[in-house]
Amino acid sequence: MTELNGAPGFGDEVLAVALVSGDAFSARYDLDHVTGVVSRESHDLYGRTIAGKILVVPSAKGGTATGWRLLDLTSRGLAPAGLLLRKTNPVLVQGAVFAGIPIMHELNPDPVTSIRSGQSIRMRPREGRVELLELS
Amino acid sequence: MHLTPDEEAMLAGEAGTPVKWALDYQLAVGEFFGAERFVPVRSAHAHCDGEALGEAGVRFLEQLADQGALTRVPLTLDPRSTDFSCALDIGQDESITDRERRIIAAMTRMGALPTNTCINYQTVDVPHGGEHLAWGDTGTVIYANSIAGARSNFEGGPAALAAALTGRVPEYGFHLDRHRYGTVEVELATQPADSSDWGAVGCLVGRRFPGYWEVPVLHGAEDNPSPDELKQLGAALASYGSHAMFHMVGLTPQARTLDEAFGGAGPRERLVIDEAALREAYQSFVPESDTADIVVFGTPQLSLFELRELAERFRGSQVQSTVYATTSASVLSSAQEFGYAQTLRESGVRVLSGVCFYLMTARDLARRNKFRTLVTNSSKLANIISGYGYNPVFRRTELCVEAAISGRIRE
Repeated sequence: MTELNGAPGFGDEVLAVALVSGDAFSARYDLDHVTGVVSRESHDLYGRTIAGKILVVPSAKGGTATGWRLLDLTSRGLAPAGLLLRKTNPVLVQGAVFAGIPIMHELNPDPVTSIRSGQSIRMRPREGRVELLELS
Repeated sequence: MHLTPDEEAMLAGEAGTPVKWALDYQLAVGEFFGAERFVPVRSAHAHCDGEALGEAGVRFLEQLADQGALTRVPLTLDPRSTDFSCALDIGQDESITDRERRIIAAMTRMGALPTNTCINYQTVDVPHGGEHLAWGDTGTVIYANSIAGARSNFEGGPAALAAALTGRVPEYGFHLDRHRYGTVEVELATQPADSSDWGAVGCLVGRRFPGYWEVPVLHGAEDNPSPDELKQLGAALASYGSHAMFHMVGLTPQARTLDEAFGGAGPRERLVIDEAALREAYQSFVPESDTADIVVFGTPQLSLFELRELAERFRGSQVQSTVYATTSASVLSSAQEFGYAQTLRESGVRVLSGVCFYLMTARDLARRNKFRTLVTNSSKLANIISGYGYNPVFRRTELCVEAAISGRIRE
């Protein structure tokens, strides 16, 4: 079992399937907020839903809307189960904390290149640890 | 984090439930980023349009207001998702206006000023050097940090509101000197000629060096850009690059020299922007047809100078496309007094107040009005709006005006 290690993040332990993207993410720029489906045609997750997944992305993109949006997605069952970033900006953290979604960044090795979509992973934010389980 | 006795008391609930929520929340975010303490802020600016909040967000605000939440420092608000004066005319429904009214009512009960502007730094709350702020809307933050030398991180709506309730923010990111030095160098080998060219520069730099912690240092501008040009540059850097700060040598306060901007260290990478690169920024937006379904001016909201310029360009013409120009209530009031708004309306341009186009339930507007190809001189709007199912076409102001009048996009 491979592990990623780094600084402590926010939130409770969570086990879910990873959805990995090479593109940065914003809940305003990239997501149809009604359906929770990625709606930016140029995004490599176009047409995919982030609900219940651990979203693995290099960075957070753009503006401040994600600060509110994650709570709204959570209230409608459309939020990701967790967020893993190479390096985040403050807004995604503010949004995740507001919505109670686990979030971590600055891990070694790099989550974007070492995790595959469909793989089950367990985030342990308080310990600064992510466990990669078998491919599901 | 180290807490003062005051902050310990807030955390214990002695200042009420809303303040306890706010400090708890700020503490979690501060600890994520390794903040050691809180610093006081002079003002807060919260983004809180109904589309972003949803029903869950609106109920949260109403609950806080019911609990007696009150701001300790001035709290101004970012644009709404609707202009009440014409919402139904343009294809929005009452569920949207109702939600915005509830947000404004809850925010006002807590002490906020319902300014609904993203150009607070040009109008109601001009920042100055050295002060700490808790601003949201990335365009406001990058302007305050870069042009004024003030200190703010991107604060999402709940974070800006929390700061207004506690009067402070956790000290991390752009509150600290060490994050405010340049990281990458950008040489302008061509001279931007239109405010949209500055937006194109921001687009190119943001695409090349994305990331909140990057601080580009620009040099090579022969003329001093206007505040509106700097507004376009900053908004584009923040949108494409998620940048919160830039330097421009000889212009911004922490960049009298290239060396000062980098704090004695050198750039990690270097980008040269020439005429071909600038052209490519525009050409990367390809129209699917030559019909301009809608032309939008704004993002950020237009200043009085920009409205006057548009009025001169449109004077005596009639538009063939749907054309929106967005601004703030205070700017519109002056534009009406000076006759600019009247000139624009006579040409068929709809002047909207208190809004920004991409906040205006853009997906629904597209469906109801059959908008697909959107022409704009705002590179920020062109970036965001493609996520809403539009075909964005970013062009110089002159070409946008021409498209508005003829209904056709000339290449």
